[in-house]
Amino acid sequence: MPDLSAKIREVVQKMLREQEVELVIGFEQGSMPLHSTPCFIRNEEDAQRLVWNSFCDNNLAKYLVKRPEKVAIVAKGCDTRAIVELIKEKQVPRDQVVIIGIPCQGMVDRRRIEAELELNEILEYEEQDNKLTLKGDGFTKTVNRDEYLYPCCQACPHKNPTTYDILIGDMVAEQAPDQYPDIAEFEAKPPEERWQYISGEVNKCIRCYACRNACPLCYCKECFVDKTHPQWIGKTTDTNDTFIFHLMRAFHLAGRCVECGACERACPMEVDIRKLNRKLAADVKELFGYEAGTSLDQIAPLATFRPDDPEEFMLGV
Amino acid sequence: MKAKVIKKDDIAGFLDSLLKEYEVFAPVKRDRLVVFDRIHSGKEAFLNYTTSITSPKEILLPQSETLFTYSSTDSAADVEVPSGEERPRLIFGIHPCDVKSLIFLDRIFNEEEYKDAYYLGRRHAMVVVSMGCIKPRATCFCTSVGGGPFSTEGSDLLLIDIGDEYIVQVISDKGEKLLGKAHLEDAGEDRLSLMKRVTQDAEASMAPKLNIDGLKEKLDKMFDDPIWDLLAEKCISCGVCTYLCPTCYCFDIVDETRNSGGERLRLWDSCQFPLFTLQASGENPRPTTKERYRQRIMHKFSYLIDNCGQIGCVGCGRCVTECPVNLDIRQVLTAISNR
Repeated sequence: MPDLSAKIREVVQKMLREQEVELVIGFEQGSMPLHSTPCFIRNEEDAQRLVWNSFCDNNLAKYLVKRPEKVAIVAKGCDTRAIVELIKEKQVPRDQVVIIGIPCQGMVDRRRIEAELELNEILEYEEQDNKLTLKGDGFTKTVNRDEYLYPCCQACPHKNPTTYDILIGDMVAEQAPDQYPDIAEFEAKPPEERWQYISGEVNKCIRCYACRNACPLCYCKECFVDKTHPQWIGKTTDTNDTFIFHLMRAFHLAGRCVECGACERACPMEVDIRKLNRKLAADVKELFGYEAGTSLDQIAPLATFRPDDPEEFMLGV
Repeated sequence: MKAKVIKKDDIAGFLDSLLKEYEVFAPVKRDRLVVFDRIHSGKEAFLNYTTSITSPKEILLPQSETLFTYSSTDSAADVEVPSGEERPRLIFGIHPCDVKSLIFLDRIFNEEEYKDAYYLGRRHAMVVVSMGCIKPRATCFCTSVGGGPFSTEGSDLLLIDIGDEYIVQVISDKGEKLLGKAHLEDAGEDRLSLMKRVTQDAEASMAPKLNIDGLKEKLDKMFDDPIWDLLAEKCISCGVCTYLCPTCYCFDIVDETRNSGGERLRLWDSCQFPLFTLQASGENPRPTTKERYRQRIMHKFSYLIDNCGQIGCVGCGRCVTECPVNLDIRQVLTAISNR
């Protein structure tokens, strides 16, 4: 994957110099190997901190909602999809954000690298082209980054920015549209098996809400789980309570989830959160031909109504 | 200090013998993650781990627990308190930083003026068999906050991995008694010198200590410092750091009522959530991430010193490795110290 860091810095420096924006949100080197971390740049010198590599996985659109100043944002495909939805949902004024679009080649799943390679702790790494060289106490190992992409990146049909003001890097080839084979396979299982799987996943949840808080589209000022007058759902880690949180969240994201996988990456307990979100994304695509965040013009299906809308899922129809 | 030796292959059998007398908690593997859980067979224990994802605090302070149940009729009300633990508990294979967190929790739930019966029911007579860290992670910083990879504080026995065997250091009478029927061989000179090498190597491999001398004095003058805006800027206000933290103990009390009965629950809560300080009037004294993040740092490194004479961090590094946005407390503490 090409190192676009220098180019990003150059563009950002110019923007700040010319006072086109007050703030730039991008990535800088993280405090651990295989980590990049969100950073907030307000002056030219600090632009040197910006990086672009295989670990820029956070969805930075999270930081755009209700900002007072004009902002530029470094955005890969899924970040731009989230920005598009936020603009359509009137959370981000289009003229208050400058999108620095970056064609993305997928981000690397560091947990899978650590788990599958069974190496001792990785203490250093280098990235060059498609190779990641991992170093630790008594080992050096080189792997192909493309073999360790996050599941959402493997399935991603929108690696290129869906909208942007400035493009850095060359557009990459998009893969075929996502047919959701994992969802079809899951749906083919008997109900008991599906129930067992989902409740097993939900039971790992510790209700830290990292999934919700990392999600760029979870911006409600007050989440339904935080309502106390009346209290809407139980707050224990009992399967039913936790299930309701995950189900409601998935429904609330129907037609809005951009499948960036931020929820799953944020989850410390490795809950398969995307299973529910992908099911709903697959349904929305099939029923309404809509993929969240791909177009600024297309009206979100759950924000509109047509007499001929499919409604087999309505109770009693 | 007495030191015995046990073969790694004999650990499962040793645990099985302990299971006859104790409720045993140990690190276990769940899919790719290591957590602490109650075991029913010695084979379940997974000791070759660095840091468990969740901390063993949940053994003493469950995420959700029933304080009492209640029911009422027109003429009477009935309250029932759950019965306490029947058997003494034993934690096996816990690292010294996490043991330090148990001592920390004792200061909160078992102090002069306030003794928490639920906590004490679980903590009372608990036996702690800890395991030294022969491979501290790069994110571990126990030595910066008063601990160490082979600290014996709070343990009854301490195991140290020397290859195919563990050295078993006998720390307390309780530990001595625990070994009573096991008939373990004395460690002997050769093994002890091997242990010394292993522990020295591990200590040498620790990341350099954080320079946080005088942190509290700095913090006490920094409540209104604009640095908090910058430090907390990327925080997404989730509960990962607080829920994985072995010393974060804040809780919420909730009544769940159905018809004429229900239960009063104690649940973990997190100062990072907006609801934590939301008042009935609608006022929230910590309305944004800045105030909430500041609270976490202030509580751990200043207020707790005032209130309990100890800081609220054992340097386990869980909040460092698991923060979804890599907001690294080590960098935050360093930035404050350099202010």
